Amino acid sequence: MPMLLIVGSKEPLYEAEFSTGTAQPKSEDTAHLNQFILHSAMDMVDEASESTNNMYLKIVDRFNDQNVFAFITAGNIRFLLLHEGRNEDQVRSFFQEVYEAYVRLLMNPFYTYDTPIMSASFDQRIQAIARRYF
Amino acid sequence: MSASANARLGEQIWQKMPKINAEFFTLTYGAMVVQLMRDLEDVQLVNEKLEKMGHSIGCRLIDEFLAKSGINNCNEFAETADVIAKVAFKMFLGVSVEVASWNDEKTSCSLLVYDNPLTDFVELPPNINLYYSNVLCGVIRGALEMVQLRVECYFVRDTLRGDDVNEIRLELKEHIKDEMAEEYRRE
Repeated sequence: MPMLLIVGSKEPLYEAEFSTGTAQPKSEDTAHLNQFILHSAMDMVDEASESTNNMYLKIVDRFNDQNVFAFITAGNIRFLLLHEGRNEDQVRSFFQEVYEAYVRLLMNPFYTYDTPIMSASFDQRIQAIARRYF
Repeated sequence: MSASANARLGEQIWQKMPKINAEFFTLTYGAMVVQLMRDLEDVQLVNEKLEKMGHSIGCRLIDEFLAKSGINNCNEFAETADVIAKVAFKMFLGVSVEVASWNDEKTSCSLLVYDNPLTDFVELPPNINLYYSNVLCGVIRGALEMVQLRVECYFVRDTLRGDDVNEIRLELKEHIKDEMAEEYRRE
């Protein structure tokens, strides 16, 4: 089950899980495990971001058959995606669309930069994007 | 002047008006509203403040409007409403507005704003009684006050609150009489 995490400078801002077509029943354990994998990849993200100027960092970490993809916005907000596939171009365009949705959110005067994302319409937009990719 | 003539006039002046970047405009207004909310800490006060700011904008804007549009006196309030909707909104915001639901006495109507450039990107926080675009009401009230029309103007429906259209209710209260100030009056 792919999982997206958006991390600010101090805390995680947003988290979403996407059910794939062949969704296996989600158990409590794996949900926590996924979070754990993503959070533990944070160091790898910082490391990977130092060696490149690109926003898209490709695969930064692996856990069993799961890959952690990362993307850093111009404002230093990090997007992390946990996904079984290894198609980097697909994830690149996924991140690009998430980035667009994020920029739209940032343009809302009532949203403050680097704070948890509560917006329902942002969530809907992300879910809609994910449905097209996974 | 007929309705379509007004629409054409609005289109013409819109071509000539100086333009600014829409995002810059929207974000500036947004930043101002949020700053007001932070300073005043009460949504009702923010609504009033926006209206007041609009009022003083309107008082100045009417001169620019009349000068650039070359519109003469309106004979009745219905004509005034149409000019506001078709010429003024087009000229300053680039959107066209519909006039609807007149009452029987022809003293109050609704302005339907389908596309409000102030609210691009905006999402209100839940459960908040803010009229985000209240500045528009103030502008209309201020501008009409300068041409001897006392009106009341308020939002009825707002797309930010989940309605399908923005509706501004416009009610004519009285014609202000031109009177000399106290000190010039003869005993």
